[in-house]
Amino acid sequence: MSRVFSVTVAVAAGITLLFLLLPIVAIFARVPPGELLSALGRGQATDALLVSIETNLIALAAIVLLGTPTAWLIATGSGRFRDLAVTLVELPLVLPPAVAGIGLLAAFGRVGLVGGHIHVVGTSLAFTKAAVVVAIAFVASPFYIRSAVAAFENVDPALTQAARTLGAGPARTFARVALPLAAGGLGAGAALAFARGIGEFGATLMFAGSLRGVTQTLPLAIYEAFDLDFDLALAISALLVAVSAVILLATKLAFRWRSTSPSTTLFAPSAQRST
Amino acid sequence: MALDVSFDHPLRSFRAALDLIVEPGETFALVGPSGAGKTTVLRVVAGLLRPQVGRVALDGTAWLDTAAGLCRDPDRRSVGLVFQEYALFPHLSVEANVRFGGRGRAAELMERFRIAHLAGAKPVELSGGERQRVALARALSRDPDVLLLDEPMSALDAHTRAGVRAELQELLRGLGLPTILVTHDFEDAAALADRVGVISAGRMLQVGTPDELVAAPSDSFVASFTGGNLLHGFARPTREGLTEVVLDGGAVVFSTDRAEGRVGVVVYPWEVSIAHAAAADSALNHVSAPISSLTTIGNRVRVRVGPLVGEVTSTSAERLGLERGQIVVASFKATGARLVPLRDAPGASSPAAS
Repeated sequence: MSRVFSVTVAVAAGITLLFLLLPIVAIFARVPPGELLSALGRGQATDALLVSIETNLIALAAIVLLGTPTAWLIATGSGRFRDLAVTLVELPLVLPPAVAGIGLLAAFGRVGLVGGHIHVVGTSLAFTKAAVVVAIAFVASPFYIRSAVAAFENVDPALTQAARTLGAGPARTFARVALPLAAGGLGAGAALAFARGIGEFGATLMFAGSLRGVTQTLPLAIYEAFDLDFDLALAISALLVAVSAVILLATKLAFRWRSTSPSTTLFAPSAQRST
Repeated sequence: MALDVSFDHPLRSFRAALDLIVEPGETFALVGPSGAGKTTVLRVVAGLLRPQVGRVALDGTAWLDTAAGLCRDPDRRSVGLVFQEYALFPHLSVEANVRFGGRGRAAELMERFRIAHLAGAKPVELSGGERQRVALARALSRDPDVLLLDEPMSALDAHTRAGVRAELQELLRGLGLPTILVTHDFEDAAALADRVGVISAGRMLQVGTPDELVAAPSDSFVASFTGGNLLHGFARPTREGLTEVVLDGGAVVFSTDRAEGRVGVVVYPWEVSIAHAAAADSALNHVSAPISSLTTIGNRVRVRVGPLVGEVTSTSAERLGLERGQIVVASFKATGARLVPLRDAPGASSPAAS
């Protein structure tokens, strides 16, 4: 009986891992490495890579800068406000990308809720590079904030209280105790948000369009090349796989280095607060 | 500088309503079972908890006055708080931990607490005793006017405890700060504190010097908490002016205290003597039963005979050849049998009863 069980488990695990690995192997197997590189040398891939990097770095900076205080407030808050804020932050996670794109257009587009006012000033957000940043920030920020809230909640309240009794005000307590202790979780959240932002497709397409060199990110370039030049699509895909793999590996290594962190997974659930 | 604390605040299943004054240089120990509200007192004083109603003042300067809408933040009160598990900053070195509260005295404090050689170590590398010394040095680095100690010994093993207790005793005497010490161990409280307050379910049951509490426990809870044997029985006066108590087990004991009805009989272990047969001495009370346990604590042996625990020296225990199962007689004088009103298990007692 136990033999049958272990064989079954092994077979199931084998199928799962093979299934996850196969598409990635296929990307590299289809085209020889030399042709991959030369395809990347073509302008479209380079343009898309630059747009992707620029927009993602700006979006990530905004997410970290605004998301960290937000996460701290949620983690140290209580009651109804906290539950409401957590739900609000998680909303973009479950929102279909197409809905996110429509929502962003309705808000910031030329005739949008807020966009109308921006348009009066003489600029429009939609279909610009700034729109790509907004779309990425919208879909990726929940990944960072969730992870940051969990990281802040894992900081023993006795430590922040000890800092207060030692004469540190709220700002010094945050900077010298909460922030360093949550750094691992914040880093993981940032990596996760960055990975999600690099792959962002639907909302960007609807809100920012796919203008080469302006709003065309790597995923949008794949989509465009898909009809015209399948080898190029494969080459850009290979590039994205490499970028994602590097992010994942870097995060894992960072966690191993910071041995104080309890978990090596990016997907640590938001810790339940004990009351 | 005297510390004046009074507050009333709801906890999970009862209200903590306490009132105490700690005199300048005095160490006041709060003892009681876990969950009685001891730590709540420290949190209120430190400003980590704002009670529904309350007032905290040091030398007449209010830190908290809910009636006036005043509540200073913890960093605006001059307290040194040693947390139960010490709450050392795990990412900072010993030196950075101590300097967190203030740079001026860090070097001197690290010398004094014999942790200077550990300056670069992280808390996780330290032993329990070292952590406790770092926590004390850190709490004092702010040069506080009030010292608060939350179970400072509970994280230490029994071996380290005795030495640390003596050190702490000397330290508290030298500091001369009003100090509140929270502990569940009456022996720690008796060794360190000038006065002890026994808390149960958010109420102060009795306040006094350790000797006063042992000499005249106000009720059965205080008595058993201070280490006394507690026997239940029914009391009635005798013609000779003594009180006769028929214990629930049927045995009869005598006391010089006066009482009638249901009472607790309290006998401290050091007032119980053990012999092979009832001696012709002055002790009126004898309990004959087999020894159910023998525990050696340093140079003493705790002997459990029926419902009683007696403490004898190891020398006596050896001379008598005490063994488990052996039938012996435990004796105590009527003057050593204190009669107290009954108050059963903590938590079971209703707050109104006090």
